[in-house]
Amino acid sequence: MLDKVVIANRGEIALRIMRACKELGIRTVAVHSQVDAELMHARLADETVCIGPNASKDSYLNIPSIISAAEVTDATAIHPGYGFLAENADFAERVEQSGFTFVGPTPEVIHLMGDKVSAIAAMKKAGVPTVPGSDGPLDDDDARTLKIAKRIGYPIIIKAAAGGGGRGMRVVHTEAALLKSKHITQTEAKGAFGDDTVYLEKFLENPRHVEVQVLADGQGNAIHLGDRDCSMQRRHQKVVEEAPAPGVDEEARQAVFASCVKACLDIGYRGAGTFEFLYEDGHYYFIEMNTRLQVEHPVSEFITGIDIVKQQLLIAGGSPLTIKQSDIYFRGHSVECRINAEDAKTFLPSPGKIDLFHAPGGPGMRVDSHIYSGYTIPPYYDSLIGKLISYGEDRATAIARMRNALDEIVIEGIRTNISLQKDIMADTNFQKGGFNIHYLEKKLGR
Amino acid sequence: MDIRKVKKLIELIEQSDVEEIEINEGEESVRISRRSNQAPMAPQYFAAPPAPTAAAPAPETASTTPESAPPVGHSVRSPMVGTFYRSASPGAPAFIEVGKNVTVGDTICIVEAMKMMNQIEADKSGVIEAILVEDGEPVEFDQPLVIIA
Repeated sequence: MLDKVVIANRGEIALRIMRACKELGIRTVAVHSQVDAELMHARLADETVCIGPNASKDSYLNIPSIISAAEVTDATAIHPGYGFLAENADFAERVEQSGFTFVGPTPEVIHLMGDKVSAIAAMKKAGVPTVPGSDGPLDDDDARTLKIAKRIGYPIIIKAAAGGGGRGMRVVHTEAALLKSKHITQTEAKGAFGDDTVYLEKFLENPRHVEVQVLADGQGNAIHLGDRDCSMQRRHQKVVEEAPAPGVDEEARQAVFASCVKACLDIGYRGAGTFEFLYEDGHYYFIEMNTRLQVEHPVSEFITGIDIVKQQLLIAGGSPLTIKQSDIYFRGHSVECRINAEDAKTFLPSPGKIDLFHAPGGPGMRVDSHIYSGYTIPPYYDSLIGKLISYGEDRATAIARMRNALDEIVIEGIRTNISLQKDIMADTNFQKGGFNIHYLEKKLGR
Repeated sequence: MDIRKVKKLIELIEQSDVEEIEINEGEESVRISRRSNQAPMAPQYFAAPPAPTAAAPAPETASTTPESAPPVGHSVRSPMVGTFYRSASPGAPAFIEVGKNVTVGDTICIVEAMKMMNQIEADKSGVIEAILVEDGEPVEFDQPLVIIA
Protein backbone atom coordinates (compact mmCIF):
# COMPACT_ATOMS: atom_id res chain seq x y z
CA MET A 1 0.00 0.00 0.00
CA LEU A 2 1.32 3.43 -0.86
CA ASP A 3 2.24 5.51 2.18
CA LYS A 4 1.87 9.10 1.01
CA VAL A 5 0.63 10.47 -2.34
CA VAL A 6 1.19 13.86 -3.93
CA ILE A 7 -1.96 14.86 -5.81
CA ALA A 8 -0.54 16.72 -8.81
CA ASN A 9 -3.79 18.27 -9.97
CA ARG A 10 -6.57 20.58 -8.90
CA GLY A 11 -10.32 21.03 -8.75
CA GLU A 12 -12.80 18.19 -8.75
CA ILE A 13 -10.38 15.43 -9.69
CA ALA A 14 -7.93 16.36 -6.94
CA LEU A 15 -10.80 16.01 -4.48
CA ARG A 16 -11.76 12.65 -6.03
CA ILE A 17 -8.21 11.35 -5.66
CA MET A 18 -7.97 12.64 -2.10
CA ARG A 19 -11.16 10.83 -1.13
CA ALA A 20 -9.82 7.53 -2.49
CA CYS A 21 -6.50 8.02 -0.69
CA LYS A 22 -8.24 8.70 2.60
CA GLU A 23 -10.37 5.56 2.24
CA LEU A 24 -7.22 3.50 1.81
CA GLY A 25 -5.42 5.20 4.70
CA ILE A 26 -2.93 6.86 2.36
CA ARG A 27 -1.66 10.24 3.51
CA THR A 28 -2.20 13.11 1.11
CA VAL A 29 -0.15 16.08 -0.08
CA ALA A 30 -2.03 18.77 -1.99
CA VAL A 31 0.28 20.72 -4.26
CA HIS A 32 -1.30 23.89 -5.52
CA SER A 33 -0.71 27.21 -7.24
CA GLN A 34 -0.91 30.38 -5.18
CA VAL A 35 -4.55 31.15 -5.96
CA ASP A 36 -5.56 27.52 -5.34
CA ALA A 37 -4.68 27.48 -1.63
CA GLU A 38 -8.42 27.55 -0.90
CA LEU A 39 -9.34 24.54 -3.04
CA MET A 40 -11.51 22.11 -1.12
CA HIS A 41 -9.08 19.22 -1.34
CA ALA A 42 -6.21 21.46 -0.17
CA ARG A 43 -8.20 22.39 2.90
CA LEU A 44 -8.79 18.72 3.66
CA ALA A 45 -5.40 17.26 2.75
CA ASP A 46 -2.86 16.22 5.39
CA GLU A 47 -0.20 18.53 3.96
CA THR A 48 -0.11 21.29 1.38
CA VAL A 49 2.74 22.76 -0.65
CA CYS A 50 2.47 25.86 -2.81
CA ILE A 51 4.34 24.94 -5.98
CA GLY A 52 4.20 28.14 -7.98
CA PRO A 53 2.33 31.18 -9.23
CA ASN A 54 -1.08 30.90 -10.83
CA ALA A 55 -0.14 30.16 -14.44
CA SER A 56 -0.35 26.44 -15.15
CA LYS A 57 3.04 26.35 -16.82
CA ASP A 58 4.64 27.58 -13.60
CA SER A 59 2.67 25.35 -11.26
CA TYR A 60 0.68 22.31 -12.41
CA LEU A 61 2.95 21.83 -15.41
CA ASN A 62 6.11 22.62 -13.45
CA ILE A 63 7.81 19.23 -13.26
CA PRO A 64 10.77 20.17 -11.01
CA SER A 65 8.46 21.94 -8.60
CA ILE A 66 6.11 18.99 -8.26
CA ILE A 67 8.92 16.48 -7.80
CA SER A 68 10.57 18.80 -5.30
CA ALA A 69 7.33 18.95 -3.34
CA ALA A 70 7.29 15.16 -3.24
CA GLU A 71 10.84 15.21 -1.91
CA VAL A 72 10.32 17.71 0.87
CA THR A 73 7.19 15.93 2.08
CA ASP A 74 8.79 12.47 1.86
CA ALA A 75 5.97 11.24 -0.36
CA THR A 76 5.89 7.78 -1.94
CA ALA A 77 3.92 8.39 -5.11
CA ILE A 78 2.49 11.05 -7.38
CA HIS A 79 -1.02 10.84 -8.88
CA PRO A 80 -1.29 13.05 -11.97
CA GLY A 81 -5.10 13.06 -12.33
CA TYR A 82 -6.18 13.96 -15.88
CA GLY A 83 -4.91 16.72 -18.19
CA PHE A 84 -1.77 18.64 -17.12
CA LEU A 85 1.06 16.08 -16.90
CA ALA A 86 -1.07 12.92 -16.78
CA GLU A 87 0.01 11.72 -20.23
CA ASN A 88 3.49 13.26 -20.23
CA ALA A 89 5.93 10.39 -20.60
CA ASP A 90 8.84 12.65 -19.66
CA PHE A 91 7.15 13.54 -16.37
CA ALA A 92 6.44 9.87 -15.61
CA GLU A 93 10.07 9.02 -16.29
CA ARG A 94 11.44 11.81 -14.11
CA VAL A 95 9.08 10.88 -11.30
CA GLU A 96 10.36 7.32 -11.36
CA GLN A 97 14.00 8.36 -11.68
CA SER A 98 13.56 10.55 -8.61
CA GLY A 99 12.49 7.50 -6.66
CA PHE A 100 8.72 7.96 -6.60
CA THR A 101 5.91 5.82 -7.94
CA PHE A 102 3.96 7.31 -10.83
CA VAL A 103 0.31 6.32 -10.52
CA GLY A 104 -0.24 5.23 -14.09
CA PRO A 105 1.47 3.18 -16.79
CA THR A 106 5.19 3.04 -17.47
CA PRO A 107 6.80 5.93 -19.39
CA GLU A 108 7.40 3.60 -22.35
CA VAL A 109 3.70 2.71 -22.65
CA ILE A 110 2.64 6.34 -22.23
CA HIS A 111 5.03 7.21 -25.04
CA LEU A 112 3.83 4.32 -27.21
CA MET A 113 0.17 5.28 -26.93
CA GLY A 114 0.85 9.01 -27.05
CA ASP A 115 2.18 8.73 -30.57
CA LYS A 116 -1.00 8.05 -32.54
CA VAL A 117 0.82 6.28 -35.37
CA SER A 118 2.60 3.80 -33.09
CA ALA A 119 -0.56 3.36 -31.02
CA ILE A 120 -2.58 2.35 -34.08
CA ALA A 121 0.14 -0.07 -35.17
CA ALA A 122 0.21 -1.65 -31.69
CA MET A 123 -3.58 -1.98 -31.66
CA LYS A 124 -3.67 -3.59 -35.10
CA LYS A 125 -1.13 -6.12 -33.89
CA ALA A 126 -3.34 -6.89 -30.91
CA GLY A 127 -6.38 -7.41 -33.11
CA VAL A 128 -8.19 -4.19 -32.14
CA PRO A 129 -10.22 -2.93 -35.13
CA THR A 130 -8.86 0.34 -36.53
CA VAL A 131 -10.05 2.94 -39.04
CA PRO A 132 -8.93 2.20 -42.60
CA GLY A 133 -5.94 4.49 -43.02
CA SER A 134 -2.39 5.08 -44.14
CA ASP A 135 -1.15 2.58 -41.53
CA GLY A 136 1.88 4.74 -40.87
CA PRO A 137 3.12 8.28 -41.28
CA LEU A 138 3.03 10.17 -44.56
CA ASP A 139 6.26 11.27 -46.15
CA ASP A 140 7.21 13.90 -48.72
CA ASP A 141 6.35 11.65 -51.65
CA ASP A 142 3.19 13.35 -52.92
CA ALA A 143 2.38 10.58 -55.38
CA ARG A 144 2.43 8.06 -52.55
CA THR A 145 0.17 10.24 -50.43
CA LEU A 146 -2.36 10.58 -53.24
CA LYS A 147 -2.27 6.84 -53.87
CA ILE A 148 -2.93 6.01 -50.20
CA ALA A 149 -5.82 8.47 -50.10
CA LYS A 150 -7.33 6.94 -53.22
CA ARG A 151 -7.13 3.48 -51.66
CA ILE A 152 -8.87 4.65 -48.48
CA GLY A 153 -11.53 6.62 -50.32
CA TYR A 154 -12.77 10.19 -49.71
CA PRO A 155 -13.66 11.88 -47.45
CA ILE A 156 -10.34 11.61 -45.64
CA ILE A 157 -9.12 13.09 -42.37
CA ILE A 158 -5.49 14.17 -41.93
CA LYS A 159 -4.31 13.74 -38.33
CA ALA A 160 -1.18 14.81 -36.46
CA ALA A 161 0.64 11.88 -34.85
CA ALA A 162 1.45 14.01 -31.82
CA GLY A 163 -2.05 15.40 -31.54
CA GLY A 164 -5.16 13.91 -30.05
CA GLY A 165 -8.35 14.93 -28.30
CA GLY A 166 -9.64 16.63 -31.42
CA ARG A 167 -6.58 18.76 -32.06
CA GLY A 168 -4.36 18.74 -35.15
CA MET A 169 -6.96 17.40 -37.63
CA ARG A 170 -8.33 18.42 -41.01
CA VAL A 171 -10.99 16.86 -43.23
CA VAL A 172 -10.47 16.63 -46.99
CA HIS A 173 -13.35 15.89 -49.37
CA THR A 174 -11.64 15.94 -52.74
CA GLU A 175 -8.30 14.82 -54.15
CA ALA A 176 -7.65 18.36 -55.38
CA ALA A 177 -7.50 19.67 -51.81
CA LEU A 178 -5.42 16.87 -50.30
CA LEU A 179 -1.82 18.00 -50.65
CA LYS A 180 -2.44 21.61 -49.64
CA SER A 181 -4.39 20.44 -46.58
CA LYS A 182 -1.59 18.06 -45.69
CA HIS A 183 0.95 20.89 -45.68
CA ILE A 184 -1.26 23.19 -43.61
CA THR A 185 -1.90 20.46 -41.06
CA GLN A 186 1.81 19.72 -40.85
CA THR A 187 2.66 23.37 -40.22
CA GLU A 188 0.00 23.60 -37.51
CA ALA A 189 1.18 20.37 -35.91
CA LYS A 190 4.77 21.56 -35.84
CA GLY A 191 3.67 24.71 -34.07
CA ALA A 192 1.29 23.08 -31.61
CA PHE A 193 3.06 19.81 -30.78
CA GLY A 194 6.61 20.29 -32.05
CA ASP A 195 6.17 17.37 -34.47
CA ASP A 196 4.84 17.59 -38.00
CA THR A 197 4.28 13.86 -38.55
CA VAL A 198 0.82 13.24 -40.02
CA TYR A 199 -1.21 10.21 -41.10
CA LEU A 200 -4.49 9.62 -42.93
CA GLU A 201 -7.72 7.93 -41.90
CA LYS A 202 -11.07 7.39 -43.54
CA PHE A 203 -13.38 10.13 -42.30
CA LEU A 204 -16.54 8.66 -40.81
CA GLU A 205 -19.46 10.97 -41.49
CA ASN A 206 -21.81 10.17 -38.62
CA PRO A 207 -20.05 8.08 -36.03
CA ARG A 208 -20.75 7.75 -32.34
CA HIS A 209 -17.97 8.07 -29.78
CA VAL A 210 -17.86 4.87 -27.76
CA GLU A 211 -15.00 4.11 -25.39
CA VAL A 212 -13.93 1.12 -23.29
CA GLN A 213 -12.61 1.37 -19.71
CA VAL A 214 -9.86 -1.04 -18.70
CA LEU A 215 -7.88 -1.88 -15.57
CA ALA A 216 -4.58 -3.74 -15.71
CA ASP A 217 -2.04 -4.50 -12.99
CA GLY A 218 1.10 -4.81 -15.12
CA GLN A 219 1.46 -8.31 -13.68
CA GLY A 220 -0.43 -10.24 -16.33
CA ASN A 221 -4.00 -9.39 -15.34
CA ALA A 222 -6.37 -7.08 -17.20
CA ILE A 223 -10.13 -6.59 -17.21
CA HIS A 224 -12.61 -4.26 -18.86
CA LEU A 225 -15.32 -2.30 -17.08
CA GLY A 226 -17.62 -1.93 -20.06
CA ASP A 227 -18.13 0.95 -22.41
CA ARG A 228 -19.32 4.54 -22.37
CA ASP A 229 -21.03 6.66 -25.01
CA CYS A 230 -19.64 10.20 -25.14
CA SER A 231 -21.18 11.37 -28.42
CA MET A 232 -22.77 14.51 -26.96
CA GLN A 233 -19.87 16.88 -27.73
CA ARG A 234 -19.22 20.43 -28.70
CA ARG A 235 -15.92 21.30 -30.40
CA HIS A 236 -14.47 17.96 -29.36
CA GLN A 237 -15.32 18.63 -25.70
CA LYS A 238 -17.62 16.08 -24.08
CA VAL A 239 -20.74 17.53 -22.50
CA VAL A 240 -22.74 14.43 -21.49
CA GLU A 241 -21.52 10.86 -21.06
CA GLU A 242 -23.31 7.62 -20.27
CA ALA A 243 -22.70 3.97 -19.56
CA PRO A 244 -23.33 1.51 -21.06
CA ALA A 245 -23.45 2.69 -24.69
CA PRO A 246 -27.08 2.18 -25.74
CA GLY A 247 -28.05 0.13 -28.79
CA VAL A 248 -24.67 -1.12 -30.03
CA ASP A 249 -24.15 -4.42 -31.82
CA GLU A 250 -23.64 -6.87 -29.00
CA GLU A 251 -21.38 -9.27 -30.88
CA ALA A 252 -19.10 -6.50 -32.11
CA ARG A 253 -19.07 -5.05 -28.60
CA GLN A 254 -17.96 -8.28 -26.93
CA ALA A 255 -15.28 -8.77 -29.57
CA VAL A 256 -13.96 -5.25 -28.96
CA PHE A 257 -13.93 -5.79 -25.19
CA ALA A 258 -11.85 -8.92 -25.64
CA SER A 259 -9.44 -7.20 -28.01
CA CYS A 260 -8.93 -4.29 -25.58
CA VAL A 261 -8.09 -6.66 -22.74
CA LYS A 262 -5.67 -8.53 -25.01
CA ALA A 263 -4.09 -5.24 -26.11
CA CYS A 264 -3.50 -4.29 -22.45
CA LEU A 265 -1.64 -7.55 -21.88
CA ASP A 266 0.29 -7.27 -25.16
CA ILE A 267 1.63 -3.79 -24.44
CA GLY A 268 2.16 -4.41 -20.72
CA TYR A 269 -0.38 -1.83 -19.64
CA ARG A 270 -0.58 -0.88 -15.97
CA GLY A 271 -3.34 1.08 -14.26
CA ALA A 272 -6.59 2.55 -15.55
CA GLY A 273 -6.96 3.35 -19.23
CA THR A 274 -9.55 4.02 -21.92
CA PHE A 275 -9.66 2.83 -25.53
CA GLU A 276 -11.56 5.35 -27.67
CA PHE A 277 -13.52 4.22 -30.73
CA LEU A 278 -15.71 5.64 -33.42
CA TYR A 279 -18.76 3.42 -33.85
CA GLU A 280 -20.73 3.37 -37.08
CA ASP A 281 -23.03 0.80 -38.66
CA GLY A 282 -22.24 -1.92 -36.18
CA HIS A 283 -18.47 -1.48 -36.47
CA TYR A 284 -15.94 -0.19 -33.96
CA TYR A 285 -12.91 1.76 -35.16
CA PHE A 286 -10.04 2.49 -32.73
CA ILE A 287 -8.87 6.12 -32.78
CA GLU A 288 -6.75 6.59 -29.65
CA MET A 289 -6.01 5.40 -26.13
CA ASN A 290 -6.00 7.61 -23.06
CA THR A 291 -3.42 6.28 -20.62
CA ARG A 292 -4.96 7.95 -17.60
CA LEU A 293 -8.08 8.39 -15.50
CA GLN A 294 -10.88 10.14 -17.43
CA VAL A 295 -13.33 12.82 -16.40
CA GLU A 296 -16.30 10.51 -17.04
CA HIS A 297 -15.01 7.54 -15.03
CA PRO A 298 -17.92 7.78 -12.51
CA VAL A 299 -20.50 6.41 -14.95
CA SER A 300 -18.50 3.19 -15.26
CA GLU A 301 -18.12 3.08 -11.47
CA PHE A 302 -21.90 3.26 -11.07
CA ILE A 303 -22.75 0.40 -13.42
CA THR A 304 -20.01 -1.93 -12.13
CA GLY A 305 -19.66 -0.94 -8.48
CA ILE A 306 -15.87 -0.69 -8.91
CA ASP A 307 -13.95 2.31 -7.51
CA ILE A 308 -11.54 3.04 -10.35
CA VAL A 309 -9.36 5.53 -8.46
CA LYS A 310 -8.92 3.14 -5.53
CA GLN A 311 -7.93 0.46 -8.03
CA GLN A 312 -5.35 2.84 -9.54
CA LEU A 313 -3.82 3.38 -6.10
CA LEU A 314 -3.83 -0.32 -5.23
CA ILE A 315 -2.21 -1.21 -8.55
CA ALA A 316 0.40 1.52 -8.10
CA GLY A 317 1.15 0.08 -4.67
CA GLY A 318 2.12 -3.18 -6.34
CA SER A 319 -1.01 -5.23 -5.65
CA PRO A 320 -2.15 -7.58 -8.39
CA LEU A 321 -5.74 -7.11 -9.56
CA THR A 322 -8.02 -8.88 -7.12
CA ILE A 323 -11.00 -8.54 -9.46
CA LYS A 324 -11.55 -11.05 -12.23
CA GLN A 325 -13.64 -10.40 -15.34
CA SER A 326 -16.15 -12.94 -14.06
CA ASP A 327 -16.60 -10.76 -10.92
CA ILE A 328 -17.86 -7.83 -13.01
CA TYR A 329 -21.63 -7.48 -13.46
CA PHE A 330 -23.15 -4.64 -15.41
CA ARG A 331 -26.29 -3.30 -13.79
CA GLY A 332 -28.45 -0.37 -14.65
CA HIS A 333 -27.54 2.81 -16.47
CA SER A 334 -25.61 5.94 -15.55
CA VAL A 335 -25.53 9.44 -17.05
CA GLU A 336 -23.05 12.24 -16.34
CA CYS A 337 -23.59 15.94 -17.00
CA ARG A 338 -20.53 18.16 -16.87
CA ILE A 339 -21.10 21.44 -15.06
CA ASN A 340 -18.96 24.25 -16.50
CA ALA A 341 -18.50 27.81 -15.32
CA GLU A 342 -19.54 29.28 -18.66
CA ASP A 343 -22.46 31.05 -20.26
CA ALA A 344 -24.94 28.41 -21.43
CA LYS A 345 -25.50 30.16 -24.76
CA THR A 346 -22.25 31.90 -25.67
CA PHE A 347 -19.93 29.45 -23.88
CA LEU A 348 -17.81 32.33 -22.66
CA PRO A 349 -16.07 31.40 -19.40
CA SER A 350 -17.58 32.79 -16.20
CA PRO A 351 -15.07 32.73 -13.35
CA GLY A 352 -15.84 34.52 -10.09
CA LYS A 353 -17.27 34.03 -6.64
CA ILE A 354 -19.95 31.46 -6.00
CA ASP A 355 -22.32 33.18 -3.59
CA LEU A 356 -24.48 30.14 -3.05
CA PHE A 357 -24.03 26.50 -3.89
CA HIS A 358 -26.71 23.94 -3.11
CA ALA A 359 -26.08 20.35 -4.18
CA PRO A 360 -28.82 18.00 -5.37
CA GLY A 361 -29.29 14.60 -3.74
CA GLY A 362 -31.52 11.61 -3.42
CA PRO A 363 -31.19 8.02 -4.62
CA GLY A 364 -28.90 7.52 -7.57
CA MET A 365 -27.39 11.01 -7.50
CA ARG A 366 -23.67 11.61 -7.08
CA VAL A 367 -22.07 15.07 -7.10
CA ASP A 368 -18.33 15.25 -7.86
CA SER A 369 -17.41 18.87 -7.30
CA HIS A 370 -14.93 20.94 -5.36
CA ILE A 371 -17.04 24.08 -5.22
CA TYR A 372 -18.65 25.48 -2.07
CA SER A 373 -20.54 28.62 -1.12
CA GLY A 374 -18.05 31.46 -1.03
CA TYR A 375 -15.46 29.76 -3.23
CA THR A 376 -14.01 31.91 -6.00
CA ILE A 377 -13.36 30.20 -9.34
CA PRO A 378 -10.05 31.48 -10.67
CA PRO A 379 -9.75 32.45 -14.34
CA TYR A 380 -6.48 30.59 -14.96
CA TYR A 381 -7.73 27.04 -15.51
CA ASP A 382 -10.44 25.18 -17.36
CA SER A 383 -14.12 25.77 -16.73
CA LEU A 384 -15.13 22.35 -15.39
CA ILE A 385 -16.43 22.96 -11.87
CA GLY A 386 -18.29 19.75 -11.22
CA LYS A 387 -20.07 16.67 -12.49
CA LEU A 388 -23.55 15.40 -11.76
CA ILE A 389 -23.76 11.65 -12.15
CA SER A 390 -27.06 9.79 -11.98
CA TYR A 391 -27.77 6.09 -11.74
CA GLY A 392 -30.96 4.18 -12.37
CA GLU A 393 -32.10 0.62 -12.99
CA ASP A 394 -32.58 1.65 -16.64
CA ARG A 395 -31.69 4.55 -18.92
CA ALA A 396 -35.03 6.31 -18.51
CA THR A 397 -34.68 6.34 -14.72
CA ALA A 398 -31.10 7.62 -14.91
CA ILE A 399 -32.28 10.47 -17.14
CA ALA A 400 -35.26 11.24 -14.89
CA ARG A 401 -33.02 11.45 -11.83
CA MET A 402 -30.60 13.72 -13.69
CA ARG A 403 -33.48 16.02 -14.65
CA ASN A 404 -34.52 16.21 -10.99
CA ALA A 405 -30.96 17.03 -9.98
CA LEU A 406 -30.67 19.78 -12.59
CA ASP A 407 -33.87 21.30 -11.16
CA GLU A 408 -32.55 21.08 -7.60
CA ILE A 409 -28.98 22.32 -8.05
CA VAL A 410 -28.32 25.98 -7.22
CA ILE A 411 -25.15 27.81 -8.24
CA GLU A 412 -25.40 31.57 -7.78
CA GLY A 413 -22.83 34.22 -8.55
CA ILE A 414 -21.48 32.79 -11.77
CA ARG A 415 -22.96 31.59 -15.04
CA THR A 416 -23.10 27.87 -15.72
CA ASN A 417 -24.21 25.50 -18.46
CA ILE A 418 -27.01 24.06 -16.30
CA SER A 419 -29.73 25.34 -18.62
CA LEU A 420 -27.97 23.70 -21.59
CA GLN A 421 -27.84 20.42 -19.72
CA LYS A 422 -31.57 20.67 -18.95
CA ASP A 423 -32.17 21.27 -22.62
CA ILE A 424 -30.18 18.19 -23.59
CA MET A 425 -31.91 15.96 -21.02
CA ALA A 426 -35.27 17.07 -22.41
CA ASP A 427 -34.22 16.53 -26.03
CA THR A 428 -36.17 13.71 -27.71
CA ASN A 429 -33.21 12.49 -29.72
CA PHE A 430 -31.09 12.31 -26.61
CA GLN A 431 -33.85 10.38 -24.89
CA LYS A 432 -34.03 7.96 -27.83
CA GLY A 433 -30.29 7.40 -27.67
CA GLY A 434 -27.90 6.57 -30.50
CA PHE A 435 -27.17 10.17 -31.60
CA ASN A 436 -23.81 10.82 -33.26
CA ILE A 437 -20.91 13.16 -32.43
CA HIS A 438 -22.26 15.98 -34.63
CA TYR A 439 -25.69 16.04 -33.01
CA LEU A 440 -25.12 18.69 -30.35
CA GLU A 441 -23.41 21.16 -32.66
CA LYS A 442 -26.22 20.74 -35.19
CA LYS A 443 -28.81 21.25 -32.45
CA LEU A 444 -27.07 24.41 -31.24
CA GLY A 445 -26.60 25.66 -34.76
CA ARG A 446 -22.82 25.92 -34.31
CA MET B 1 6.59 16.67 14.37
CA ASP B 2 6.09 18.55 11.16
CA ILE B 3 7.21 22.16 11.63
CA ARG B 4 4.48 23.40 9.34
CA LYS B 5 1.85 21.81 11.54
CA VAL B 6 3.29 23.72 14.47
CA LYS B 7 3.25 26.95 12.50
CA LYS B 8 -0.41 26.39 11.63
CA LEU B 9 -1.20 25.86 15.31
CA ILE B 10 0.55 29.12 16.12
CA GLU B 11 -1.54 30.89 13.49
CA LEU B 12 -4.67 29.38 15.02
CA ILE B 13 -3.79 30.74 18.46
CA GLU B 14 -3.04 34.15 16.99
CA GLN B 15 -6.42 34.31 15.31
CA SER B 16 -8.47 33.23 18.28
CA ASP B 17 -8.89 33.93 21.99
CA VAL B 18 -7.39 30.61 22.95
CA GLU B 19 -4.69 30.96 25.61
CA GLU B 20 -2.95 27.66 25.27
CA ILE B 21 -2.96 24.54 23.10
CA GLU B 22 -1.26 21.26 23.88
CA ILE B 23 -1.20 18.45 21.31
CA ASN B 24 0.11 14.94 21.80
CA GLU B 25 0.92 12.82 18.79
CA GLY B 26 2.29 9.47 19.84
CA GLU B 27 5.50 10.24 21.65
CA GLU B 28 5.74 13.80 20.46
CA SER B 29 3.93 16.72 22.00
CA VAL B 30 3.79 20.45 21.61
CA ARG B 31 2.45 23.12 23.91
CA ILE B 32 1.89 26.60 22.60
CA SER B 33 0.83 29.38 24.93
CA ARG B 34 0.00 33.01 24.49
CA ARG B 35 1.87 35.25 26.91
CA SER B 36 -0.60 37.99 27.83
CA ASN B 37 2.00 40.70 28.41
CA GLN B 38 3.75 39.87 25.16
CA ALA B 39 5.07 42.81 23.16
CA PRO B 40 3.98 42.84 19.47
CA MET B 41 5.32 39.71 17.80
CA ALA B 42 7.01 41.47 14.93
CA PRO B 43 10.52 41.96 16.31
CA GLN B 44 10.53 38.58 18.04
CA TYR B 45 12.63 36.59 15.59
CA PHE B 46 15.82 34.68 16.04
CA ALA B 47 17.29 37.72 17.74
CA ALA B 48 19.66 35.65 19.86
CA PRO B 49 22.53 33.37 18.95
CA PRO B 50 22.88 31.69 15.59
CA ALA B 51 21.42 28.45 14.24
CA PRO B 52 22.53 25.67 16.61
CA THR B 53 20.52 26.71 19.65
CA ALA B 54 17.57 28.08 17.73
CA ALA B 55 17.15 24.99 15.60
CA ALA B 56 16.49 22.19 18.10
CA PRO B 57 14.32 23.66 20.85
CA ALA B 58 12.36 26.08 18.64
CA PRO B 59 9.86 23.52 17.29
CA GLU B 60 8.90 22.46 20.79
CA THR B 61 8.63 25.83 22.49
CA ALA B 62 7.38 27.78 19.47
CA SER B 63 8.47 31.05 21.09
CA THR B 64 9.27 32.42 17.66
CA THR B 65 6.49 33.00 15.18
CA PRO B 66 8.11 33.50 11.81
CA GLU B 67 5.09 33.12 9.58
CA SER B 68 2.24 34.58 11.53
CA ALA B 69 3.83 37.96 12.35
CA PRO B 70 3.72 40.58 9.61
CA PRO B 71 7.22 41.02 8.17
CA VAL B 72 8.84 44.37 8.79
CA GLY B 73 11.20 45.30 5.98
CA HIS B 74 11.75 43.53 2.69
CA SER B 75 11.00 39.81 2.49
CA VAL B 76 13.20 37.66 0.32
CA ARG B 77 10.87 34.89 -0.82
CA SER B 78 11.64 31.42 -2.06
CA PRO B 79 11.41 31.10 -5.86
CA MET B 80 10.82 27.37 -5.63
CA VAL B 81 9.86 24.38 -3.56
CA GLY B 82 12.79 22.81 -1.75
CA THR B 83 14.87 22.54 1.40
CA PHE B 84 16.37 25.65 3.01
CA TYR B 85 19.99 25.68 4.08
CA ARG B 86 21.91 28.39 5.92
CA SER B 87 25.32 27.37 4.60
CA ALA B 88 26.96 25.87 1.52
CA SER B 89 27.53 22.53 3.19
CA PRO B 90 27.01 20.91 6.60
CA GLY B 91 29.47 22.39 9.09
CA ALA B 92 30.39 25.34 6.86
CA PRO B 93 29.71 28.81 8.22
CA ALA B 94 26.28 30.27 7.53
CA PHE B 95 26.06 32.77 4.66
CA ILE B 96 24.40 35.38 6.85
CA GLU B 97 23.49 36.12 10.44
CA VAL B 98 21.01 38.62 11.81
CA GLY B 99 22.62 42.02 11.83
CA LYS B 100 24.89 41.37 8.85
CA ASN B 101 25.10 43.95 6.06
CA VAL B 102 24.36 42.57 2.62
CA THR B 103 24.46 44.07 -0.87
CA VAL B 104 22.31 43.14 -3.83
CA GLY B 105 23.61 39.90 -5.31
CA ASP B 106 25.13 38.47 -2.12
CA THR B 107 24.22 34.85 -1.52
CA ILE B 108 22.09 34.68 1.60
CA CYS B 109 20.98 31.06 1.62
CA ILE B 110 20.47 27.94 -0.43
CA VAL B 111 17.25 26.22 -1.49
CA GLU B 112 17.93 22.69 -2.56
CA ALA B 113 15.59 21.00 -5.00
CA MET B 114 16.08 17.65 -6.67
CA LYS B 115 19.70 17.36 -5.58
CA MET B 116 20.57 20.78 -7.01
CA MET B 117 21.70 23.58 -4.71
CA ASN B 118 20.21 26.90 -5.80
CA GLN B 119 21.85 29.99 -4.35
CA ILE B 120 19.33 32.61 -3.29
CA GLU B 121 20.66 36.12 -3.59
CA ALA B 122 19.72 39.29 -1.77
CA ASP B 123 17.57 41.43 -4.04
CA LYS B 124 17.98 44.45 -1.81
CA SER B 125 20.92 45.90 0.08
CA GLY B 126 20.59 46.38 3.82
CA VAL B 127 20.86 44.71 7.16
CA ILE B 128 19.56 41.21 7.83
CA GLU B 129 16.75 41.73 10.26
CA ALA B 130 15.41 38.21 10.55
CA ILE B 131 15.89 34.67 9.30
CA LEU B 132 12.46 33.06 9.16
CA VAL B 133 13.28 29.47 8.31
CA GLU B 134 15.44 26.94 10.08
CA ASP B 135 18.35 25.08 8.55
CA GLY B 136 17.08 21.97 6.75
CA GLU B 137 13.42 22.96 6.78
CA PRO B 138 11.22 22.50 3.69
CA VAL B 139 9.96 25.65 1.99
CA GLU B 140 7.25 26.23 -0.56
CA PHE B 141 6.99 28.62 -3.48
CA ASP B 142 6.89 32.28 -2.40
CA GLN B 143 7.49 31.51 1.27
CA PRO B 144 9.32 34.38 3.04
CA LEU B 145 12.85 33.30 3.95
CA VAL B 146 14.77 36.33 5.19
CA ILE B 147 13.91 39.92 6.09
CA ILE B 148 16.25 42.68 5.00
CA ALA B 149 15.74 46.05 6.63
